[in-house]
Parts: sequence; C-alpha cells; structure tokens
Amino acid sequence: MSISTNRQGSTLLVDVAKVQVRGALYVAEARLRIMMKWIWMIIGIAIANPVLYLISVGIGLGGLIDKSVGVGGVDGVKYLTFLAPALLAQAAIQGAMDETIYPTIQGFKWHKTFYSINSTPLSGAQISIGVFLAAFLRVIYTVLFYFGVMWAFGALQSPKAWLAVPTAIFAGISFGALMQTLAAKLENENIFFVILGRFIMMPLFLFSGTFFPLSSMPFFLQWLGWISPLWHATELGRYLTYGHVISSPVMWAHFVILATMLVGGLYFSARIFTRRLAK
Amino acid sequence: MSQFLISARGLTKKFGDLTAVDGIDFNVSKGESFGLLGPNGAGKSTVMRMIGATSQRDAGDLTILGKDPENNGPQIRAHLGVVPQQDNLDMELSVTENLYIYGRYFGLPRKFVRGKIDELLTFAQLEEKRDSKVEALSGGMKRRLTIARALVSEPEILMLDEPTTGLDPQARHILWDRLFRLKEQGVTLVITTHFMDEAEQLCDRLIVMDKGRIMAEGSPASLIKDYSTKEVLEVRFGSDRNQEVADKLKSMCDRIEELPDRLLMYTDDGESLLEKIYDAGLHPKTSLVRRSSLEDVFLRLTGRTLIE
Repeated sequence: MSISTNRQGSTLLVDVAKVQVRGALYVAEARLRIMMKWIWMIIGIAIANPVLYLISVGIGLGGLIDKSVGVGGVDGVKYLTFLAPALLAQAAIQGAMDETIYPTIQGFKWHKTFYSINSTPLSGAQISIGVFLAAFLRVIYTVLFYFGVMWAFGALQSPKAWLAVPTAIFAGISFGALMQTLAAKLENENIFFVILGRFIMMPLFLFSGTFFPLSSMPFFLQWLGWISPLWHATELGRYLTYGHVISSPVMWAHFVILATMLVGGLYFSARIFTRRLAK
Repeated sequence: MSQFLISARGLTKKFGDLTAVDGIDFNVSKGESFGLLGPNGAGKSTVMRMIGATSQRDAGDLTILGKDPENNGPQIRAHLGVVPQQDNLDMELSVTENLYIYGRYFGLPRKFVRGKIDELLTFAQLEEKRDSKVEALSGGMKRRLTIARALVSEPEILMLDEPTTGLDPQARHILWDRLFRLKEQGVTLVITTHFMDEAEQLCDRLIVMDKGRIMAEGSPASLIKDYSTKEVLEVRFGSDRNQEVADKLKSMCDRIEELPDRLLMYTDDGESLLEKIYDAGLHPKTSLVRRSSLEDVFLRLTGRTLIE
C-alpha cells in the first residue's frame, strides 16, 4: 500500500490565486454542509415560530385590538398588517444570530476549527466572510419560510407585503455581522449567553416598536429603538408594505444605520478573525 | 532559492515579556525527517506556528519553500500539511466529510478530492469508519484522521506537533508505523515531541530545545555519542540512601546523575561497573543496565528530565 504523497504534488495541485478569490465560498460551502445536519430542526423552527406567533399574538391579541379600537386602529391598518414586517425581521435576526454566534465561538474555542482552516491557504478574513455568507443564506430561507406561513395564514393583507422580505433580510444580516464581530472577541461565552438572552434579545424584541409604535413609549425609552436594527428594519418594512408615514430623511437614516452596522460589522469581524488566529 | 526547504536564522518570538523562541538557527532539507525535542514550554509549538506561516516572528529570518512567511502566508500554507497538537476536526461532520471540506479549502477539484479520500482512508486505516461522526472516534483514530487530512493536498512538508501525546501505547505504535511509511516514501517531516523514543524512531536529525534555545543538534545516534556514554547503569538504594551512596560511587564512572528515586551512572560497560559496586560492598536494591538514550542527552544538557 502506498500513498501518493511521495509525488508531493501540491505544487501542481494547489492554485493559490484561485483560492484567494474563492476562499470564502469554500468556507461557506463547509458551513452549509454542517447546516444540512440540522436542516429538519431549522425548518421546524422556521415553521413553528411564525405559526405560534401568528396564532397567539396575531389572531388572539390582534383580534382583540382590532375589535376594541376598530380596524385601522394601529397605524391606520389591521394589527396583523402592522405586525407582519416586525415579526419577519425578528425571525431574520434570530436566524442570523444562530448562524454567526455559535459557529464563531465553536471555530475559535469549542472545536478550534478556524485554526485548522487557517493552516490551509485561507486567511482569517476569508473565514469571517465565509461564515457570514452561510448565515446570509440561512437568513434568506428563514424569511422566505416565515413569509410563506404568513401567506398561508392570510396574514398578508397589503398587496405590497412582499416588500418586507428584503427589509427583514437586511435587518438579519446587519445584526448577524455585529454579532459575529462580538463573538470573535469573546473569551468567556457563558456570561455572554446570559447577557445576550436576557439583556439584548428580549429588550430588543419588546422595545423595537414590534407590538406597538415606538412613539407610544415614553420619550426616554425611545433611544432603545434607535440602537436596534430590528426597529429600523421594521420601520422600513412598514413604509414599504402599507405606506406607514416616515419623512424621507428618517427613512434614509434607517437605511444608513443598518448599512453601517453591516459594513462595520463585516470589516471589524474580518480584522478580529485575522488577529485572533495569528495570536 | 537555497537548497533547504526551511531555513531559520536568529528566529525569535516574544509574548509580552516572555521570549518563547530566542534567536535559533536551523535548516531542514528535502526528504529529511527533522525533529524538535524538548519539554513542554520549550518553544517547540511556537516554532511550528511560525513555520506554519500562521504566527509571525518578532526578529530574525525565516524562509519556507524559498519564501518569507511574513508576506507569503497563503503561498506557503498551500504546500504544507499541518497536524496541530490538539485535533481540530469538525466534530459535526463525518470522517469522509472532514477530508472533503479540507481538500476544498485548498481549492482542489471535487472529483480529485473524492478519489483521494479512499486512498487516505486506507492509509489511516479508517475505511470502516468512513461514515462515522468524528465525535465517535477513539483518540488514536482522530489523530490518524488529522494526519490523513493534512495529506489531502499532497503537501511538500508534513508538520506534526506532538503527534502521539495522549495516546495509549498501542495507538502510538500504529501511528508511528504510519509515519514511518511516509518517511520511507520521502515525505519531508517536521515533528515536535517530548518523547525521546519517538524522536529516536522517527527523526533523522533533531534539535534539542529548552527555554526557547537550541541546546544541541544532530542525529539521535550522534547526540547520544557526543553527550552521553554507551551505557547507563541505573541503581536504587532507597530514596533516603541514594545521595549518601552517590558520593562514594562518583569516582567509579564517567558521570553520575541523582534523580529523586534512582542514580544514573554513565559508563561504557555497565555490567563490569555493577560488579565493581558489589565488590565495594554496596548492595543496590535494584539495578538495570541499558543503552544511553536521548533522555540522557537532555539530562546532561539541562540537568532536568524531559517529562517533569
């Protein structure tokens, strides 16, 4: 038995220029392979989540609200129409989080797989972008699933409801880029998960104008919306789907803030990945 | 391009105040099996990470495959196979998938990698585990898979950091056999170890490292010849008496080392030395004559044993 290593063919086999262009895609390919191991759980969550929300909050609470304040009582539309863009964006954020935080901590700490990837021609920046790209895909299909369930439930009353799909995806990837950066910096993830669940995700969901307009919050709590990608995406989604009134500068502000989170997140994540791997 | 695959001059790495690697020089030629022997903390892994072009040096020169790793990291890593001290396999994927994705990281065509996998599984004796999850493998199997993974791109240099640490003796021997085959096929190996038997079996030439410096360099046989005697007589008089006896025995041999539990006496003829000890009226509780090893070289050079 022999192994063809004696040919020592890497000089002929490996095309470094090609790897430098496509490296991030190879990482994304591997991430998708791992994601496929959990695909039924991912699909299950993507279906069960909206079903539960639409039944309890949409139909239960929404029916009550529409009955007591009259249809068109919340922002001039039925409660479900008002809620839909927010729920969609929330689902995107959740999906992005699962696909950035866990793989990043796993890669640096739990299984140290990023170190093995970095011992190939791939760079830290390519690993960072590859993980992000896989999360991007997860966000897209999570949002599409969610959207499909909403449609099946008759929860999409605005003819332009589909326009909430891109805003939700935008929210997801912006938040994902930030979370990936944070996760790459982490040394102790246990405390982080406690903080993340109780002091970031929960308030984010409750104080981002998800269930009621941010303007009905006391003024001193409204800043929570401004730092939340969820609120920015929700506002954009409401504007696009049913003509929720926002001034043009505010609309641009929503867009720019989300874009800044995305670009800044990607830039710093790539930098931190590179530095941590070289330590 | 020089005739060496790896060449280091004054290679230095610092972590804050600690100088992990302190200005070392060495060369590795094509087809050679080169070892770094030293205790934990000697700086071996740091040297490996610098050769692996993932950690940058603080001073000195380093050339790998004719290139400087400071600005040619990916170009160098494209031709290395790296087996780190701690297996970093993807636990969520199967044995085959681990080999497959690693091949893809080198940009190798899918078809080529698929063909290569069978060959690597045979080499690593993992054919029956091809669809198992990595989590379910034994320590020795994981190690063999990590080595197989490093070979997927047919690297010019295979680097192994402590390849058998943490394995039971049987698993170690299987692994040594696999590595020896690679060596026979002319693969250039760079190996770190703190096991002297491993260094003796696998390395053509090695450097003995301690505290970031090179203490000696040569083939295992020449190091033993230069720094030790042909044989060693190990005697035990009981821990309370060893030191007292050592003073009397000193003049009988070339050199004597006092370890907590025994005395090591360096001589070219162990049996006749033992007779002399009995003739002098001293009766050790146990005695053993053996050949000198790299352990003795290390003890001579540093005054300490390799595994403490």
